[in-house]
Amino acid sequence: MTQFLDMGGYAPFVWSAYGVTVLGLGAAIIITLRAYARAKAMFVKLPDRKPQ
Amino acid sequence: MFEFANPKRFMDVSRPLVPWIGGIAAICLAVGCYFALFVVPPERLQGDTVRIMYVHVPAAWVSMMTYGLMALASLFALVNRHPLADIAAREAAPLGAVFTALALITGSIWGKPTWGTYWVWDARLTSFLLLLFLYLGYIALWNAIDDEIRAARAAAVLALVGAVNLPIIVFSVEWWNTLHQGESIMRRGGPSIAQIFLWPLFIMAAGYTLLFLTLWVLRIRTAIMTRAVRMRMSAGFAP
Repeated sequence: MTQFLDMGGYAPFVWSAYGVTVLGLGAAIIITLRAYARAKAMFVKLPDRKPQ
Repeated sequence: MFEFANPKRFMDVSRPLVPWIGGIAAICLAVGCYFALFVVPPERLQGDTVRIMYVHVPAAWVSMMTYGLMALASLFALVNRHPLADIAAREAAPLGAVFTALALITGSIWGKPTWGTYWVWDARLTSFLLLLFLYLGYIALWNAIDDEIRAARAAAVLALVGAVNLPIIVFSVEWWNTLHQGESIMRRGGPSIAQIFLWPLFIMAAGYTLLFLTLWVLRIRTAIMTRAVRMRMSAGFAP
């Protein structure tokens, strides 16, 4: 396990690259889903749900 | 294509697709990460830093694919004046910017142990930085002009002009002497990377592409619903 985390001595590089990827993609996913949920909550209240 | 470009049709067709594309994206990314971190052996020269390739290369590919799609949608918007094309182009840009930033950052992190430097102004890196600025400029232009039709037209022209940068990125490693390595996968005579390193890369690339598609479709759906609500509100509807 320690050997795995150590990444042959390149741990700071490998894990920071994966970390920044998780943060960036995670933020994109969360922001998109939140905006979608907000828009949908308003949209379903429309009397005739037809997109223009 | 024209049928599909109708907002109502788009909403109907895309709704059942989203969970499937998103689900397959999640599986590809999970399997890809498992192979990238646990199965792929350390590379002979660069050791475990080769694992950075699996988050760097797909991000770079999807950044360029996204710009291509954005430019295509912009062309379609300018020629056919279809509002859905404007929305599609606009909603691709922030996603493209995220993938481009990730490609630049992970590439920079990979550069330090393999090249000995985080950054160098070679043709590949510089043209890729320009790609990020094109995305940011495109987003800024949309926000700078209040009139939506004029904003869409100006942004579409910028997207098309900026598309010139795409072949420059692709061929930069051939046209100039770059520190960045040459094309090693889609090249004449087959890939110059061993199979064990190669196919997990394709799984990750599929995951990144499908993740982008999922988010793009969701963002377009969000924009369509928001516009429908806004139009109804201006017509007196109160939620």
